[in-house]
Amino acid sequence: MNEHAVAGADRSAAADPVDTPAVAGDYAADVADNHGNTRDGKPVPANQPESKRGTMVTALRWAWPNTLPVLTGYLFLGITYGVLMATHGFPFWLPIVTALVIYTGSMEFLLVGILSSSFNPLSAFLTAVVVGARHLFYGIAMLGKYRNMGWKKAYLIYTTSDETFSVNYSARIPQDEHVDRGWFYFWVSFLDQMYWVAGSAIGGIFGSLITVDLRGLDFVMTAMFMAIFLQQWLQDGTSLQHVAVDHVCELIGVVGSLATLLVFGPERFMIPAMTVILVSLLAIRRPLERRSKSEGEQ
Amino acid sequence: MTWQQQLITILVVIVGTVATRFTPYLMFSENRPIPPVIKYLGKVLAPAVFGLLVVYCLRNVSITSGSHGLPELISLLVVTALYVWRRDMLTPMVGGTLCYMVLIHLM
Repeated sequence: MNEHAVAGADRSAAADPVDTPAVAGDYAADVADNHGNTRDGKPVPANQPESKRGTMVTALRWAWPNTLPVLTGYLFLGITYGVLMATHGFPFWLPIVTALVIYTGSMEFLLVGILSSSFNPLSAFLTAVVVGARHLFYGIAMLGKYRNMGWKKAYLIYTTSDETFSVNYSARIPQDEHVDRGWFYFWVSFLDQMYWVAGSAIGGIFGSLITVDLRGLDFVMTAMFMAIFLQQWLQDGTSLQHVAVDHVCELIGVVGSLATLLVFGPERFMIPAMTVILVSLLAIRRPLERRSKSEGEQ
Repeated sequence: MTWQQQLITILVVIVGTVATRFTPYLMFSENRPIPPVIKYLGKVLAPAVFGLLVVYCLRNVSITSGSHGLPELISLLVVTALYVWRRDMLTPMVGGTLCYMVLIHLM
């Protein structure tokens, strides 16, 4: 939701998503050298924490500046979500609880509409899976980094959001200060989640007091998806000449969805659209990989 | 929806969301390599899915009646311009939403 996280996402998408053994190797080397000297041979600073509490505090000190851009975005979006829930007549605690346990901005915005329409648990479940599908790929990218995290691992996985993923994936955790990777990831994830919950609480509690006309506020979700879409688009190339080739994935997404929307109508097109997109992407795998290979050789 | 139905809906959404987050860690062990097709999908699925989500948000817009989808179209152009200019997420979201709210108020 911010320049920092976006830059992180850019880098993460440019890199091979599974290119993580080097990181694990760094970590191992770092641990191996944890006996008084930093890598370049200088003595460790006097304030080198030894206790568990010290490890937590050091990691927090390094982690929180990375989350500041997320703070702005999450407070704004969280407040919007809380207000949206409040203006749809839901109790103030509902946005707070859902912010805490679902903790996926896009799905929560959709939830407002889903809870206001007729009961259809299967469709709600499939929507959650479709909207959350990108987490599958965040997970693949973080497999190596979240390795050997002990009890923190489940929490780190549970709180993976677009922004937390971007920050944790791209974070350069200082090796010389002996910042604990696990605690660093933990604090980023925890702070981000708290920003989101705090925003939703503010929106949920004060939303019902707002008397101005808030029609159209839900466009914020469309704008968010559009901005993420543009981010993907621009990182796949900016040349006008090769538009159809560079952006074949984006075009498959848009054209596939519009076509299935026309055929199946607004209530039933999501599953056909996902199927068409998946099949098309698998169909162009060979030519696409051949092309990126030949580009790499040039 | 009754409150019981709303509770079930929320629980179902939680299960769906949590499933997408934990599946990769359950499917792929920490030490075995990830199948190439999954790696490939990891790269190409995201851009397509966000295109789908934009369309999903606009699925009920009618271009033959009402305001003919003009407020949506103009606001998306504002989002695009602001994103290309600033390259951050927040500016286009705030700008596009404000633009949309003003437009549907006027039209």
